[in-house]
Amino acid sequence: MFDLKTLDKYKPIDNKMYQVMDDEGKVILKNWQQPMSDEDLVDAFKDLLFERTTDQMAVSYQRQGRMFTYPPNLGQEAIHIAAGKVIKNEDWFVPAFRELGAWLAKGVSLREIFLYFKGNEDGSRFEQANRMLPVSVPIASQLVHAAGIGFAMNYLKEEAASFAFVGDGGTSEGDFHEALNFAAVWNAPVVFVVQNNQFAISVPLKMQTRSINLAVKGVAYDVPSVVVDGNDFFAMYEVMAFAREFVLKEKRPFLIEARTYRRGAHTTSDDPTRYRTSEEEEMWAAKDPAKRLRNYLVEKKLWNPESEEELVKSFKKKIDSEFEAAEQHPEYRVDDVFDYMYEKLPDELARQKNMLKNYLSTVGGDK
Amino acid sequence: MKVMNLVQAITDGLDLMLTEDKNVIVYGEDVGVEGGVFRVTEGLQLKHGADRVFDSPLAESGIAGTALGMAISGLKPVIEMQFDGFVYPAMNQILSHISRFRNRTRGKFTVPMVIRIPYGGGINALEHHSESPEAYFGHTPGLKVVIPSTPYDAKGMLIAAIEDPDPVIFLEPKRIYRAIKQEVPEEKYSIPIGKAKVLNPGEQITVIAYGAMIREVQKAMVMAKEKGYSVELIDLRSIWPIDRDTIRESVRKTGRVLVVTEAAQSFGPAAEIISIVNEEAFLNLEAPPTRLTGFDTVIPLPLGEKYYMISPQRIYGEIERLIKY
Repeated sequence: MFDLKTLDKYKPIDNKMYQVMDDEGKVILKNWQQPMSDEDLVDAFKDLLFERTTDQMAVSYQRQGRMFTYPPNLGQEAIHIAAGKVIKNEDWFVPAFRELGAWLAKGVSLREIFLYFKGNEDGSRFEQANRMLPVSVPIASQLVHAAGIGFAMNYLKEEAASFAFVGDGGTSEGDFHEALNFAAVWNAPVVFVVQNNQFAISVPLKMQTRSINLAVKGVAYDVPSVVVDGNDFFAMYEVMAFAREFVLKEKRPFLIEARTYRRGAHTTSDDPTRYRTSEEEEMWAAKDPAKRLRNYLVEKKLWNPESEEELVKSFKKKIDSEFEAAEQHPEYRVDDVFDYMYEKLPDELARQKNMLKNYLSTVGGDK
Repeated sequence: MKVMNLVQAITDGLDLMLTEDKNVIVYGEDVGVEGGVFRVTEGLQLKHGADRVFDSPLAESGIAGTALGMAISGLKPVIEMQFDGFVYPAMNQILSHISRFRNRTRGKFTVPMVIRIPYGGGINALEHHSESPEAYFGHTPGLKVVIPSTPYDAKGMLIAAIEDPDPVIFLEPKRIYRAIKQEVPEEKYSIPIGKAKVLNPGEQITVIAYGAMIREVQKAMVMAKEKGYSVELIDLRSIWPIDRDTIRESVRKTGRVLVVTEAAQSFGPAAEIISIVNEEAFLNLEAPPTRLTGFDTVIPLPLGEKYYMISPQRIYGEIERLIKY
């Protein structure tokens, strides 16, 4: 179990990565105990498969022209499922955009996610997800929000952590550093999670930084930090769970560098063959998080791989129905453009809205 | 009633809101022990505690972005940008998030926060201390942008800004921080955001200004009065939402309009106001709608500022030219 002693053993400056399983799913730690019940673990694996299936379906909807751009999660799911198991209802989730499994665990519906990527803000309503922030496109800018939320939780005396996500490229942004610093100075209970998937679109990590790793960036801010194997579900789960307790108990932030690999494209508009080799892709495929967790479960006789096909089939049915629900969503109205800008529509915006409505009524359409 | 200058009126408004609402907090650079470089937050930390009025790390993007985080989780942050030219590092937070969070989340998350910024030139300051950035904010959907020109308005508009459910940029004309004194009620009152004020009714020309330019126009009006000209002066007070009705009614009556802003000319508030005049009062016009603004240059350092700043004489000259047009 990851604890304070382990944290001390994995100093970022030593560039050691916390791992529980090897690439084949074999536990490499001595005296290690499974951190959750068999049943919960099987659930986690199902969640992982669900995320992976959703991703495949989403890419195919996009290819069919039924959805605009979409950022695939393939290869990074262990981070998301681990986060999903740790983040509680009262906690805040401050996402970037590539954390699908954690979103679903927080209560965001697939229908909403599809709706968002089909191009409708209604997909960011998150009606069933408490304290879930929307996609943040400007890289790393969301991290300072998490620091502010952390301040507010202290101020309001609430026992709630804030989980903020960013990619490896985001650690070059000023807001990454400002967020770590503000959170540290303000004793804010924030868990920063860097999904180091090796590329910022096409730019490899070695072009981003001379630091030996990304966790080390937390050290100067007095933010306890650790490098974790992001493709190792157990390692991720243990560190996430530790981090949540740590930030709430110690009243200080924590930084996790989750080392992983984006096996898919940056988004459906991206072509990774332009900037990486198939050898590299194969090397990381061998570390795939689903494979490792599956091997562990099969070894423990908790999982029958032959049952997977049937399960995935049922997932696909569910995913299709969520997508269809997104397609059935009411048509985008003129009001939707204007009415959410302010609590009360200012006269000037009312005037502009009427102008558009009058025009549309004269041409009898939406042009 | 107490006689206050603009600084004191803002301090009074902050004090009142800090007292009334425990979720109001005030932070920024040097706003705590120091009381702000202009002393706007003087005494507030002592009275309300260092957990509510405090110095933050020196990082404007962080100041603005953390305020968004606080605002969506139930607090009402009133943050200070120390000077106008220091807000630029925070622009990404203001333009990309603070102004958009309500719309992005279809109203699930709202951002009730105020960003106070001392702004404008004429104080013999260094570079980045004399800017008029209101057009950037007025051009940004999702913000409200207000500028008081009197102590009375400053307190009432600040209270309205803090109580507003949406983010408000509160620009303080630092040049007249201590130049005007006025009786200000000690109790709470608020002045609706989005309403201009006719400071002086007149018949022959409408002059529209705001902030520190109001006082310069008033000096020009003394000269105009001596010549027997009747000038209507409008204090715009709200850059956005802009008060189309007040502009329309006035220019329809006078048939002439002069807009005076310290901000650079191109794509600025004066261009916007004149567009409104053209849309609303075209057939009433007796002279070309005219603007007297800062130049499309960097505002010069103090020794060159006299060429940039708009004098009452220049304003008077334009008033006369347009009336005689």
